[in-house]
Amino acid sequence: MTGTPSGGDVRLSGISRVYGDFTAVHPLDLTVPEGSFFALLGASGCGKTTTLRMIAGLEEPSTGTVHLGDQDVTRLPAYKRPVNTVFQSYALFPHLDVFENVAFGLRRRGVRSVKRQVGEMLDLVQLGEHARRKPHQLSGGQQQRVAVARALINHPRVLLLDEPLGALDLKLRRRMQLELKRIQTEVGITFIHVTHDQEEAMAMADTVAVMNAGRVEQLGAPADLYENPATTFVANFLGTSNLIEAEVVSAATDEILVRAGGDTLGVPAERCPVPAAAGTRLLVGVRPEKAALTHADETDRIPDGRNRVTGVVTEASFLGVSTQYLVNSPAGLGLAVYAQNVDRDPRLAPGAEVVLHWSRAHTFALDAAQDIDAGTETLGTADVSGTVAGTPVKEDAG
Amino acid sequence: MALLAWIRRRLVVVFGLLTLAYLLLPNVVVTVFSFNDPVGRFNYSWHAFSTDAWSDPCGVSGLCGSLALSLQLALWATLAATVLGTLIAFALARHRFRGRGAVNSLIFLPMAMPEVVMAASLLTLFLNTGARLGFWTVLIAHITFCLSFVVTAVKARVMSMDPRLEQAAQDLYAGPAQTFLRVTLPIAWPGIAAGALLAFALSFDDFIITNFTAGSTVTFPMYVWGSAQRGTPVQINVVGTAMFLVAVLVVVVSMAVGNGRRRMQEMTRKQA
Amino acid sequence: MTSPTLTGAASPPAPGGAAPGARPPRRRGRALPYLLLLPGLLWLLVFFALPMVHQASTSVQTGSLEAGYEVTWHFATYADAVAEYWPQFLRSVLYAGTATVLCLLLGYPLAYLIAFRAGRWRNLVMILVIAPFFTSFLIRTLAWKTILADGGVVVDALNTLHVLDVTSRLGLTAGDRVLATPLAVVCGLTYNFLPFMVLPLYTSLERIDPRLHEAAADLHARPATVFRKVTLPLSMPGVVAGTLLTFIPAGGDYVNADLLGSTDTRMIGNVIQTQFLRVLDYPTAAALSFVLMAVILVAVSVHIRRSGTEELL
Repeated sequence: MTGTPSGGDVRLSGISRVYGDFTAVHPLDLTVPEGSFFALLGASGCGKTTTLRMIAGLEEPSTGTVHLGDQDVTRLPAYKRPVNTVFQSYALFPHLDVFENVAFGLRRRGVRSVKRQVGEMLDLVQLGEHARRKPHQLSGGQQQRVAVARALINHPRVLLLDEPLGALDLKLRRRMQLELKRIQTEVGITFIHVTHDQEEAMAMADTVAVMNAGRVEQLGAPADLYENPATTFVANFLGTSNLIEAEVVSAATDEILVRAGGDTLGVPAERCPVPAAAGTRLLVGVRPEKAALTHADETDRIPDGRNRVTGVVTEASFLGVSTQYLVNSPAGLGLAVYAQNVDRDPRLAPGAEVVLHWSRAHTFALDAAQDIDAGTETLGTADVSGTVAGTPVKEDAG
Repeated sequence: MALLAWIRRRLVVVFGLLTLAYLLLPNVVVTVFSFNDPVGRFNYSWHAFSTDAWSDPCGVSGLCGSLALSLQLALWATLAATVLGTLIAFALARHRFRGRGAVNSLIFLPMAMPEVVMAASLLTLFLNTGARLGFWTVLIAHITFCLSFVVTAVKARVMSMDPRLEQAAQDLYAGPAQTFLRVTLPIAWPGIAAGALLAFALSFDDFIITNFTAGSTVTFPMYVWGSAQRGTPVQINVVGTAMFLVAVLVVVVSMAVGNGRRRMQEMTRKQA
Repeated sequence: MTSPTLTGAASPPAPGGAAPGARPPRRRGRALPYLLLLPGLLWLLVFFALPMVHQASTSVQTGSLEAGYEVTWHFATYADAVAEYWPQFLRSVLYAGTATVLCLLLGYPLAYLIAFRAGRWRNLVMILVIAPFFTSFLIRTLAWKTILADGGVVVDALNTLHVLDVTSRLGLTAGDRVLATPLAVVCGLTYNFLPFMVLPLYTSLERIDPRLHEAAADLHARPATVFRKVTLPLSMPGVVAGTLLTFIPAGGDYVNADLLGSTDTRMIGNVIQTQFLRVLDYPTAAALSFVLMAVILVAVSVHIRRSGTEELL
């Protein structure tokens, strides 16, 4: 249905954006390979939408260049770039019907007979019989598909998606994620997707760039980011992490031993990003679903060689599939454990003395010189759009 | 008691309808007295039923001429004020620039001033510069006081417009001119139309400023004013009634058309 | 500038602050807003601001029509004008103030009715409120001459109910007449500017979520309390806008006083009109006009400050 895109990666070199004395995006180098599904993930005001708008040509970078393949498009206005955008809340033209919305880009480029192309595109997004509706007569999901069709019909080299699913309810959002992924695979165009929803980013993208305060914190495949977070922000923003402050006792070539609140824990040496020697301070982490709880009476049943932390259950929430426990221990407060509800131990109620244990291989370490809570509080407020500290941020959310 | 309770529960409705009656009573009187056959020069007390005035609305000298002049003035004033005001509204709503506050004040002041003050100041300007009072001075005055109202109406509409719509147009290969023509203008259109309509109504019905700047030119309100001193022909009531009926008819028809279209769309939607 | 890195590598920590060679974002069409403003602003400067200057200059001139006028900085014109015409000023403020209060009292129930009670009649009632505008206001004002005519239905009824006895004693009417009395003028002013009160009131009432009323009732507020604590405070922007839109034109009006009043009900607008168009005493007329403008502007800004709705400006 759409032609194969003519070659080229999206290459950002030293690109930045400054508003007055507020730096929305710090100088940034980024290459998005052709044909990939790339996600820019971060909380409100982290610079991800600004980055997207610089690629679209709607925002002029303060420094740096944007290349599409070999072409430098930095100075090219939006209407001359072979790039199209699916806007946040869609920005469908309210005075035009669905057909004319989709035909808009073709007509502006002087294409004469648009009927067949628009028809095919509307069929692709299953809106054929709604061609003569006005946008306000469509449901949220239908509007979203019009927005995608309106952009895709131009065969852009890159499709930019700015929180395209933000206005949809949870169920529809999950369905549209699959739908967008299907379309991307079908047309093979590079998709760059901006979102604050980490599950959405992981579910759809081949590569995710986690942004925070105008910088890319870490970039990689979703699983890689999740398993090997490089910063506390990524560890906390992407899912949940238990982070424990610890001090190195001994550092061997394969394993580092640390002490945290009276317990000794082992960390694989290759998962420690900083040079470790006795006395070095580290943050030791484990994902809640990789940890298990055993009642203090049965500690002998825990296999040898696992990391152990003793503590007291403070909260147990039954969620059907799993039970989430919070444990206070000398090593750290509020450590989380997600246990599958296979064999629930009824004694694991608030007040119970327990041992929290996990495989040493699942332990990662982070530089202790960072905020241990970075990325946690943003989870609850990720949906709130707004401005940052009185500075007009030209982003609507994200 | 039950009746009292019933009225008490609907006190707001009763008072609201009384106010509405107060608002409409003069229109009823104007209509009824357009069928009067008055004794003497003034059409203030009922004498006998007659349709003479309706069959010959231009029967008194000067009336239809003044009406034509008022229409002509209102059209030109509306055109000029709408163009000038729309440009200002776009600048204010779409751009940040130095002196924005001062411009806003300059737009606001003419509306915050009693008409007679603006009328007096315009007259001093015309007197001091030796301009001859007539059609052109009235037109200038009308454009001046309509301008601010157009700016306000258009600005409100443009401000409420999502800036992403224009960005979307740019993203879809529309250059600045195309973006303006294909997206901005059509979406701002209801605001521009509202501003123009307001300007027309204000200009057509203006008396105070016209009275100061017209010299011996007679617009329709000036004609009515003059006849209030000399004698009021029934034809004035005919014109007043006709304007009222035409306006209400236009509004009702346009609303009915709008409703019908909406209903049609809803029906086709249900079938789909 | 940092060199491009390989795909999949994060950017190195950026140099703090603006990078060397940072260029400010180019502003496309920086002159555009000024070009858009130019014709309209020029118009307002020449035909709104400049006339004010001319009026200011005229107000301090002395001379005569025959000998011509000259700027002599004769500020005594202001003192003389105010000394001679303060009753008309006072009357303007009183009449306009009374009319504004009456408009608020009459307009609020109507606006409330349209916003919350009219249901499917809402559009019709709206049309009926706006429709009178389509008939020349002079014609409609003249109609009050018929309605309030001596010996007419209204006046007879008021006489029978002895209302006119009371109003006569208050100085609002004279004998068994209503026409050519302050009551008629205030009645005309109220009538003429009522829609200017109803429309902003309606706009602000219509924005109130009806669920707020339910929430207040749910929290044990009686209907009167709901109105006092929820509806009225939320409609304040409409009240402020409506009172301004009523008071300003009413304060400068001379049509109602001329058509429905007598020489005893002359307002400041009548004086300015007569001085300018009949007596041709331009300095006095200009001075009066300036004083009126000052009075209104001061009243408006005090009103806006006190009600805390500066954003209206």
